[in-house]
Amino acid sequence: MSANPQASLITGERLHLHHGPIDLIIGVEGPERQACFTAAAERFQTVLTELTRELPDLRRPLSPQQHFVHPVANRMAQAVRPFGNVFVTPMAAVAGAVADEVLSAMVVCQRPAKAYVNNGGDIALHLSGQTSFSIRGPAGDIALRAKDKARGVATSGWRGRSHSLGIADAVTVLARTAAQADVAATLIANAVDLPDHPGITRVPASGLNPDSDLGDRLVTAHVGPLSLCDIQRALAAGLHMADQFAKHGHIDSVVLSLQGHIQTHSAHHPIGAPAHA
Amino acid sequence: MSRPEKIRCDACPVMCYIAEGKVGACDRYANQNGQIIRCDPLTILDRRIAKGDEIKPFLAANWDGHTATGDDVVPSAIGAGTTYPDYKPAPFIISRAIEGIDCVTVVTEAIFSYCGVKVKIDTDRHLGPEAAAVRAEGEVIGHIMTSEYGSQMLSLGGVDHLTGGSKAEGRKTCDALLRLCNKEAVELSIDGGSTVIVQAGQAPIVDGVREDRMRVGCGSATIGMFASQWQGLVDEVVVVDDHITGVVSEHQAGKVIDWPATGIRILGHRSTPGRYFKVAKPGQGWGGTNIEDPLTILGPWRPEKGARPGLRLLMVSTTGEHAGYYVLNDALEPQAQPMPPELQPSVELISQNCEPALCTVLFMGGAGGSLRSGVTENPVKLTNSVKAAQTTVTIGGAPVYRWPGGGITVMVDVTEVPDGAFGYVPTPALVAPLEFTMARATYEVLGGHKAQIRDLEDVLETGGEYGADVRVIGGAE
Repeated sequence: MSANPQASLITGERLHLHHGPIDLIIGVEGPERQACFTAAAERFQTVLTELTRELPDLRRPLSPQQHFVHPVANRMAQAVRPFGNVFVTPMAAVAGAVADEVLSAMVVCQRPAKAYVNNGGDIALHLSGQTSFSIRGPAGDIALRAKDKARGVATSGWRGRSHSLGIADAVTVLARTAAQADVAATLIANAVDLPDHPGITRVPASGLNPDSDLGDRLVTAHVGPLSLCDIQRALAAGLHMADQFAKHGHIDSVVLSLQGHIQTHSAHHPIGAPAHA
Repeated sequence: MSRPEKIRCDACPVMCYIAEGKVGACDRYANQNGQIIRCDPLTILDRRIAKGDEIKPFLAANWDGHTATGDDVVPSAIGAGTTYPDYKPAPFIISRAIEGIDCVTVVTEAIFSYCGVKVKIDTDRHLGPEAAAVRAEGEVIGHIMTSEYGSQMLSLGGVDHLTGGSKAEGRKTCDALLRLCNKEAVELSIDGGSTVIVQAGQAPIVDGVREDRMRVGCGSATIGMFASQWQGLVDEVVVVDDHITGVVSEHQAGKVIDWPATGIRILGHRSTPGRYFKVAKPGQGWGGTNIEDPLTILGPWRPEKGARPGLRLLMVSTTGEHAGYYVLNDALEPQAQPMPPELQPSVELISQNCEPALCTVLFMGGAGGSLRSGVTENPVKLTNSVKAAQTTVTIGGAPVYRWPGGGITVMVDVTEVPDGAFGYVPTPALVAPLEFTMARATYEVLGGHKAQIRDLEDVLETGGEYGADVRVIGGAE
């Protein structure tokens, strides 16, 4: 029996929406909170069902003329379209796109000072005036302010819930939307890699999850201790891709982390001093 | 070796294919031995949901946007995991704001070697003599207690049956307790008495007969309640009851409305006017007696006291389940007649006023020393804090009754505890979810494991060391 979406308030100030694999933690500051929560809950009701209708196509790389019916699917397609030269499917943007969609449903009629939708670490933000949003990560705290351009935060890595082709523990990206950040974080985390390194265990994604959009591609199952030289080489590969993305305006800033070593790259945004593991 | 089967999970619209030993995209459901199972390291109860709703209905449908507060979400210990003998902090110590104060809920699953159940069976039927042994699958697991108003009571389990007797006795006791606590049906046989199927929240089945209703009151009470409604419709009413059989013409309730005498004679011990003890032996017949024909409790009618041919008599049991209408013939012998339509509603009224007969199962256990040290570094302080009402104890989020006196000995209605919450260890002993909730300041004074305190949302989002998952289900009101 398929369960319906669920909603509950936690600590009286945040809304938790849950359906199947999706868990959203939503916060709003200001008197608009109730109205925003209601709007978010209403929009969330059909999000997963809409996604599943187009799931087979979303699990394949985009074809040039591909169109999707539902708005979340379109957000996903839009987010991956600029990255046609590497293997990526719209599923790389699913978490961020859901966060963006629910956030936009909240702020379409309401103008709260600050709102966020956190979809398992992929976060869509609404900031105005003097408000800011703090994120604690391996590189220290990042304070994202209303005047900054980024409104999306996403993190990817082999230890996370989604499978990664790379070995980064975590790659956190700030971008214009959560969907864009989600795709970029996925691709940069994939790029942090040491092909053929004996200390890395890889297994076909389909063996872990028969429905995976990654098919029989090898995903990282375990990373043994790496030498300093290997770590720097792997991070450099990710940083190179991040630099390309930043130059094309796909991302704002990025933090890469591998076995206690941190690298940051930022076009415009100040990132806190690296925290030492 | 054949490759294990992948199966489709239908828990949500994603419909994942899940291979043996793997979890779905949600990390909530897994394929274990070809079956989809729910991985539930921690259950979050939502008190706003009506009891019995397994999954909370979608917010937009029934949320007014104002009544919900964080207080509605109560973490329960179901699936929290446990350590024995509790040498490390309880798996979850959660911090959340309640009315502006920092509250701490300490969540653990407790192993209860000292535990049992008290069973209340709503029936007038005689199940067996007081103190008779109660057996499950042949082993003695407890005994009959005193009768209560309209109910028979059993006391089952306890340390002597769990660990004090033979291995088989301990196993059968643990198994019966576990099934009773998890709201399953258990067949119990009483030495020198009946066999009864007990299931929490369900009607008892006594010797194969389902008990529908609990009596409205004793025979005397029934007379008191309905005397005025019978007046004018019938000349005499006898309410047959194992405890106190009532006679309206003699009863105080009849006297105050000037009910005329009828010359009836009841074969039993008269207590006060119109109230008779021991009209028959206990049994499965009328009103919990062994009576099949109610006329057997009547002696010869006395014409000098008002008996006359044509006198109309209603005999009814305390549940309205049995009823008969009689008219005295010329020899002043009651003759059965069809129930007049105008009298039928009063019989139905009795049965309508009888509540559904149910079995109630209260789990009873004591939280001992080692368990308390999982919560604080100075266990007796926890006991004192519970007694001072600074700390609330719940089992699976359900409110408990705490016995006054020493220790933390509590009882809980198992129907208020979420399904499948109780488990067991081979000791044998039951494992039950147990939560202590207190203000953070209280917790720190108690010598709590402060370093272990986590935000509720952190537990919701990342879970504990035994896994990372939550479910929101209907909590106890």
